[in-house]
Amino acid sequence: MKRKTLVNALGCTLALVLLQISIADARPLQMHIMEGFLPLGWAIFWFAVAIPFWVIGFRRIRALLAEKPETRLLLGLAGAFTFVLSALKIPSVTGSSSHPTGTGLGAILFGPAAMSILGTIVLLFQALLLAHGGLTTLGANAVSMAIAGPLVAWAIWRGLQGRLPEGWVVFLAAALANLATYVVTATQLALAYPDPAGGFLASLAKFGAIFAVTQIPLAISEGILTVLIFNALRSSAPAELTALGMKGA
Amino acid sequence: MRTPQTPPSRRGLTVLLVALVIALAVVPLFLHPGSEFGGADGQAEGAIAETAPDYQPWFSPLWAPPGGETESLLFALQAAIGAGFIGYFFGVKRGQHKGAQ
Repeated sequence: MKRKTLVNALGCTLALVLLQISIADARPLQMHIMEGFLPLGWAIFWFAVAIPFWVIGFRRIRALLAEKPETRLLLGLAGAFTFVLSALKIPSVTGSSSHPTGTGLGAILFGPAAMSILGTIVLLFQALLLAHGGLTTLGANAVSMAIAGPLVAWAIWRGLQGRLPEGWVVFLAAALANLATYVVTATQLALAYPDPAGGFLASLAKFGAIFAVTQIPLAISEGILTVLIFNALRSSAPAELTALGMKGA
Repeated sequence: MRTPQTPPSRRGLTVLLVALVIALAVVPLFLHPGSEFGGADGQAEGAIAETAPDYQPWFSPLWAPPGGETESLLFALQAAIGAGFIGYFFGVKRGQHKGAQ
């Protein structure tokens, strides 16, 4: 049942990705929705979507630390990876900058629920200290970066593991998690600000079309960086990976 | 216990991947000599203003960095904390491995 819901969510996300690519217009967009820029109703709605994931995530992390305390440091590493990557604003081919999310690694290692907590901590840091994103938009930003991205990464990891070389699976999981994050952000903005004439879809085109260009090189960078750190973990921390139920390389 | 030594083919792959990431960031700099590579923050506000000209943000950040310099300090700090922890992690693992030998 739960898996079916996840597969559906993934299907919707992929459909949106295809939609994005088929639309051509150029409007850069930041990754997090700015403070106060979501109408109250939508802000509450996205919090309502995020809260169940946070509750499950808290339980997951508590259970993990109780049952496999040896993975504590690795959990910190997954958080640190997101911390670094989301601070790096990298130039892209369109002449503007955007940043990776780093959520794919944690999702592969610990699952999407645990990653929702780690991602939200990073979002809180950026909202409070950098005025990047916001408290009122924390729910929406968590849904895109800390929940939708990790869900996509985890589904790809689960679905393709053993069918492709491991490096490729890690790459695809992380790269598509990055793209999914931006697609969800665009969708959230389009829902809150439908175009007066063309409605939701026209607005989605406006908010989202740039992903096809700006975001793809960044998604590739994020995929490669995740492969690099995953390979390093394979050789440096095999015991932890085994404890998490990862098959040997 | 597995040996920590990386096979040469894998080391080559690592170098190649690092080079690719650097190229992906550096090549755009030469593609757009006139661009400042601004973050798209302000432009998204513009897009909202275009679609919903009457919208007023109803909440503003509790605190915002006073300027670009402080902002880049905090971004650097964020990256440094993360990178520091990553270095610590691999250092600990290396030490554990050596201790076990």
